Amino acid sequence: MIGFALRALLFVGALALAAFLPTWLSTFRTYEFAYVGIYFIAILGLNILTGYTGQISLGQGAFMALGGYTTAILMADHGVKDVWTLPLAGLAAGVAGYLFGIPALRLRGPYLALATFAIAVSLPTLLLYDKLDRLTHGEEGINLFGIPESTASITPLRVLGHDLPFEKWIYYLTWTIAAALFLAAWLLLRGRTGRSFRAVRDSEVAAAVSGVHPAAYKTLAFGISAFYAGVAGGLYAMATTFVNPGTFPVALSLTLLVGAVASGLGSLWGLLAGAFLVEYLPTLAGKVSSQPGVASVVYGGILIALVVLLPDGAAGGLRRLARPLTSGRVFRS
Amino acid sequence: MSNFFQHVVIGLSSGGIYASLALALVLVYRATRVINFAQGEMAMFCTFIAWSLLDRGLPYWGAFFATLAIAFAGGVALERVVIRPLEGGPTLTIVMVTIGLLIGLNGAAFWIWGGEPKSFPSAFSTRTVHVGGVVFSVQDAGTIAVTLGAVVLLWLFFRYTKLGLAMRASAVNPEESRLVGVRVGWMLAFGWGLAAVLGAVSGMLAAPSLFLDPNLMRPVIIYAFAAAVLGGLDSPVGAVVGGLLLGVGLELLTTYVDALAGLQLPVALAIIVAVLLVRPAGLLGRPAVSRV
Repeated sequence: MIGFALRALLFVGALALAAFLPTWLSTFRTYEFAYVGIYFIAILGLNILTGYTGQISLGQGAFMALGGYTTAILMADHGVKDVWTLPLAGLAAGVAGYLFGIPALRLRGPYLALATFAIAVSLPTLLLYDKLDRLTHGEEGINLFGIPESTASITPLRVLGHDLPFEKWIYYLTWTIAAALFLAAWLLLRGRTGRSFRAVRDSEVAAAVSGVHPAAYKTLAFGISAFYAGVAGGLYAMATTFVNPGTFPVALSLTLLVGAVASGLGSLWGLLAGAFLVEYLPTLAGKVSSQPGVASVVYGGILIALVVLLPDGAAGGLRRLARPLTSGRVFRS
Repeated sequence: MSNFFQHVVIGLSSGGIYASLALALVLVYRATRVINFAQGEMAMFCTFIAWSLLDRGLPYWGAFFATLAIAFAGGVALERVVIRPLEGGPTLTIVMVTIGLLIGLNGAAFWIWGGEPKSFPSAFSTRTVHVGGVVFSVQDAGTIAVTLGAVVLLWLFFRYTKLGLAMRASAVNPEESRLVGVRVGWMLAFGWGLAAVLGAVSGMLAAPSLFLDPNLMRPVIIYAFAAAVLGGLDSPVGAVVGGLLLGVGLELLTTYVDALAGLQLPVALAIIVAVLLVRPAGLLGRPAVSRV
């Protein structure tokens, strides 16, 4: 049994490693790792929704888009400094998610997957809608490069006498927020709320009989999950310094769920693996052949194989590998 | 007023395309309780096969029926190889697998046929016909006719053949069907095969007006989802009614309500959400009752 102290030690160790990592990494890798952090935040939210309350969402990318556009509009049209837009990006997406969670109460399993898939597919056309043009700027999108005073992307930040280049700034910002949000999720899930989420997932009737209000917890999970997506979307907009309807394609929503499922829906290490998968699996699949389309074939194939061979995700796979070593123990952690 | 009827005919014609794909979704859902996210990509892939056959010089209807045969075999094979091992598994796993199929088939089409849009011939001319002041093309009428023909054939098959009866029985009560000697596993696979055939029909009907590229069915599948949900996911008649209603409704809404022009997809999403809220079983479906 891994004790609490050991777990805390591992967490602190991981934080320390994350803090020093950019010193050894190239600019490009640092940038990539920042994206891993963004996906980590989005998957963290999806894990609460899909893993804890059992509601399948194929629309996480759409809530990221809401956050991304909130950040972009606040920065470009209202001159808000980039960091301060993030709470609002989270809130905007969170409220939208909470509201969508209300009709979603009527939907179960595949039906919910279907409705959220429809969100992901129809959002780009909504962003292109000409009556919203003044807000979203249609096909052109919104460029964040033009406003040096409110973004670190042009003028490097000075911290403790060092110039912090953009990729390091976005890396540290992302992972600081990711760590904070991870702790918040951990605190939320280990107590009463987390137990209620799981109770609702396993049997709504049993949960209701035990005094847990299923509807309240299911909509709450939708709101929290969308809040995480919104923050991730805001960071995504900052990292790409640009948003348009193509920035958050349907494929993003799909890959996020893939990442969450591959992570095994649960442990921190699984979620990290899921975030790395979202960032690197497309690249790896693309290495197979430079012909267009091959990457998607490999990607789809790996996805099917993954789900069939590792039904409980990366974390479950590790656990099964470790079972011969730990089978002597009586109690499970 | 004739303008209005003209839009109704156009709506029915696109509604026919949604209806056949929605029917495919319903067949799969009835057979295996799976919502097949890859149904649209399967249809798109079959349409590319038809395009290749036509490119080799086959006559239109020859290519059409050859494609349907290939689609049937492909659908059966997919069920046997990919879906069957997961039977009874968690919803999430099955959803993920059909998404894997969606991504993989889309990539395969890009790989084999490339991304540039191809023109796909229509079986019917675009010549226009006047009937009582309403102008519509032969193509619109043909699309409606082919859809209705497919639906009637399917109904006859399910109603009057032994195989159809066995398939219905396996969908409704697999255990007892097995007891009376129905090979349930194969019946479910045939359900997937028939669904692939219907998808191929909808793809080949949609391609002439939308141009053929690997993302051909992306919007159509959302309309088909909306149609299937509207009619009730376990009701084949509902899927057809839902498809036609949706086609006409979207056409009229986006023509006569200025604010909705260009918003067909969000409207379809709103319909899905509204139907599921007000009447989750759809217009013609039976409400699900479960024992706790």
